[in-house]
Amino acid sequence: MKKNIFKEFTKGLFKENPILIIMLGLCSCLAVSTDVSNALGMSLGFSFVLIISELLVSIFRKIIPNEVRIPIFLIFIAVPTTIVDLVMKAYFPSLSKSMGVFIPLIVVNCIVLGRIEAFSYKKNFVENLMDSLGMALGYSWVIIVLSIIREIFGKGTFLGIRVMPEVYQPMSILTSPPGGFFLIAVFIALLNGILKRRS
Amino acid sequence: MLSNLLKIIISAAIVDNMVFIRYIALCSYVGVTNSIDASIGMAFAVIFVQTIATAITWIIFHLFMQGLEFLEIIVFIFTIAALVQLVEIYLKKNVPSLYKAMGIYLPLITTNCMILAVTFINIDKNYTFIESLVYALGTSFGYGLALLILAGVRERLRLSNIPKFFKGYPIVFTSMALIAIAFLGFKGLIK
Repeated sequence: MKKNIFKEFTKGLFKENPILIIMLGLCSCLAVSTDVSNALGMSLGFSFVLIISELLVSIFRKIIPNEVRIPIFLIFIAVPTTIVDLVMKAYFPSLSKSMGVFIPLIVVNCIVLGRIEAFSYKKNFVENLMDSLGMALGYSWVIIVLSIIREIFGKGTFLGIRVMPEVYQPMSILTSPPGGFFLIAVFIALLNGILKRRS
Repeated sequence: MLSNLLKIIISAAIVDNMVFIRYIALCSYVGVTNSIDASIGMAFAVIFVQTIATAITWIIFHLFMQGLEFLEIIVFIFTIAALVQLVEIYLKKNVPSLYKAMGIYLPLITTNCMILAVTFINIDKNYTFIESLVYALGTSFGYGLALLILAGVRERLRLSNIPKFFKGYPIVFTSMALIAIAFLGFKGLIK
């Protein structure tokens, strides 16, 4: 029993990673990973929404009628998203401005609705807690690693502080869309390769 | 006036292409471009729903939501979800041929980030009613263009010799990177 619950947690990190294996939630992943600070803000906001909405669904799953479940799920997602949006606007106005439309877009992030539909509606509270924590961490590590690579090599800075020597010419293609697409392709290929070697 | 609208439509469709420059709607984009037929169906479904959704959310926001702006997310997502359901029911009953062509893509559209994103951007940029309709048309046209380009490329990829680890999604993203470089070339077309 205990081992099973631990498995629900670890599967989100690599084996069923929401971005690299299931290929969901790509829009926000690529858009905010140009800066480390954006990526940190986005992963916090996304984790909050995912965990709260999965737990809410797991609590109320017995009284949600099957026919109208999607609109009810949307309420459970839209409410935490509104909270995140308002908190960001109030306390981190510059971060909120640089991420722009992508914070409200957490509400249609396919990972959240996909997890709720495929997992939360059928499982109990503890399993949901583990699953949502694992998925949130799996999402966060990918965008944070991606943003570290893109910011250090694309701008020569880390969290806005210059780390590369003056002679280094930043590869600005990495912070533009083509670089993002190419990096994510390399990430997927690497993870697939490693998983295949292991099994 | 007219030149302003032309500017909006070109920048929405090409210069600021939703998929390649602004990274919106990637999930459905990668999923649907498996075949050219599916891409065409999806493109028309998006153009159709996007225009109607923009018109309705614009009216709701400017008529009923003065002082209630913080409810934007909840109201818009419900408007779009309800709208997609209604369109599906209407088409099924009255225009079966159109339903057959794009019916299966309609439920997918509720979670297509582009529909919601465009309605938010319209409110952010303070567009007038006509401008937001034109912007919606432009973005969905640009999305359709992007769908067709990648669907064509993927049809070719099926026959080509690809390195082992890049089979499947990695090669799709690599081709997207190359197409995005082409789209970056349009930067500065409109000031």
